[in-house]
Amino acid sequence: MSTPIGHRSDLSYALRRAAGEGAMLVLGLVILVWTLLPIYHMVMLAFTPVSDAFAGRYWPDNPTLDNFRIVVTQDHFFLRSFWQQLGNSIFVAVATMALVLSVASLASFAIGRLRLRFGHLISNAALLTYLIPAAFLAIPFYKVMGDYGLLNTRWALVFAMSTFAIPYAIWVLRQYSESVPFELDEAAKVDGATPLQIFWMVYVPLLRPALIAIGTYALLLAWNEYLYAFLLLGPERQHTLPVAMGYFLVTDDSPWPLLMATAIIYALPPAALYYAVRKHMVSGLTSGATKA
Amino acid sequence: MAVTTIALPHAELAPRGRLSLEATWGIILVLPYVVFFLVFVVWPVVYGVWLGSDAAAYRRLFADPIFTRTAFNTFVFLAVGINVKLFLALLLSGFFARTTPWIRWLSVIFILPWAVPSIPTLFSFRWMLNSEWGMINGILWDLFTIEGPWWLVDPQLAFGSVIFVHVWKYLPFWTLILLAGRMAIPTDLYEAARIDGATPLQMFTNVTWPYLKNLYITSTLLSTIWSLGDFNSVYLLTGGGPAELTHVLATLGIRYAFNLHEIGVGVACVMVAVPLLVPLVIVLVRRLGRGPEA
Repeated sequence: MSTPIGHRSDLSYALRRAAGEGAMLVLGLVILVWTLLPIYHMVMLAFTPVSDAFAGRYWPDNPTLDNFRIVVTQDHFFLRSFWQQLGNSIFVAVATMALVLSVASLASFAIGRLRLRFGHLISNAALLTYLIPAAFLAIPFYKVMGDYGLLNTRWALVFAMSTFAIPYAIWVLRQYSESVPFELDEAAKVDGATPLQIFWMVYVPLLRPALIAIGTYALLLAWNEYLYAFLLLGPERQHTLPVAMGYFLVTDDSPWPLLMATAIIYALPPAALYYAVRKHMVSGLTSGATKA
Repeated sequence: MAVTTIALPHAELAPRGRLSLEATWGIILVLPYVVFFLVFVVWPVVYGVWLGSDAAAYRRLFADPIFTRTAFNTFVFLAVGINVKLFLALLLSGFFARTTPWIRWLSVIFILPWAVPSIPTLFSFRWMLNSEWGMINGILWDLFTIEGPWWLVDPQLAFGSVIFVHVWKYLPFWTLILLAGRMAIPTDLYEAARIDGATPLQMFTNVTWPYLKNLYITSTLLSTIWSLGDFNSVYLLTGGGPAELTHVLATLGIRYAFNLHEIGVGVACVMVAVPLLVPLVIVLVRRLGRGPEA
């Protein structure tokens, strides 16, 4: 420390450190702009009067909340069923979540805890389904839903989304339930608990974090879906919000500020939910992935 | 207590040939999923294979110049999109592994593209990329006085925009996955490397990469499958246009089936990817399926 050489290397170390920190800050700034620019643009346009949509400003000269008023009062041709469509989105998302949670948790319990004889086979079948790109199955799915008489109903979309969410849910639950010791099941059994009681009183409470993760996953998957909603839902009053927003694109002179105001109302609940359960999501999503 | 312990062996002494209480319940509880699987997975897949077994449909498909272009697009989408996305995710996972408070805050913001539904942001991009009044060309003009290009009108630029938007949307997810992988690396390995005087690059090649390699490969394979099914990024940004030159297999299949009402050709268009899909799925089931019963 006291020798000049040591002093100089300290200085160069400090310099290199400062340069490193500076580079990190620049990178951080780039990430910030990259992430926020499209989102800022969406918000900016939502506050722009419809007549100024083509002005190409960074911030509107006369920012307004009128677009949001038009949306919530359904005061435009494209938005005349807004509340009904928001209700459809909520119905489809909640029904999908309920179906996925019940079917997947019961199946994973049967496979992992009751040592079902062909459990391994069912587990792999689920994993296989998880690996089929949903868009690839859209055409036969559409035909089959017609045969089942479900086409043009909201339940068709609920079943479609559940079909694609359940396999992942089973997979996450199977991974997570490994960490729950079998001794608890054994103890409950000794006390005379039936399998159903073990499910309710041991399995479900201990798997709560994983259930929150997959419940949110199913909810968001259904809420965000465009392709299947577009194909399976019937008339306008059955549409979910993504389909309704898609219809803005049919003409060239659509009121984009209204579209963006609708988009913000539509995007806020899932984003808020995601952040609320973020810790669970991250661990749920990565529990299996990091092992591989 | 005594009563229940006596009652216990009873269940185990179920007569041979009859199911135990546990096995019966197992079958009952797994049944909803099995029904679901048969009705909504097996039958549509069988039906799809049957729809896609018409040789004439493939002849029509291969004769269509739009299909040739689409196959090429799909290849570029996968080769460029996935590798750029995962390489950036690998670099950024290193950045976000630092625990400085401001980087932690940034990581919360960084997840936004993944947390926000894709339709609003895709539409936002669509308007931003408008060549006449979009914000991107506005910025180019104000900063460099350049006339910005015709982003969504020029087929090459339009497809480049599709890949960009895809990377933007899915980068946070893969960064989180690789970050979780990095967090699982024992820190004393880095300590040992530091004491040995390793440079940051040496630490990466000798400590980080050997640990992350498997996860990185799994992620690449998984992302290939998911990106094949990325319908939204193409359909909602360019709609396959201009002049149907920016389609990928997923969007072209839908176009054949629902716009041109040629269901067979639509299914054939998707079936073309099956030779790529099947080996990927087999490898992934092996990699991911190392469950407790395996």
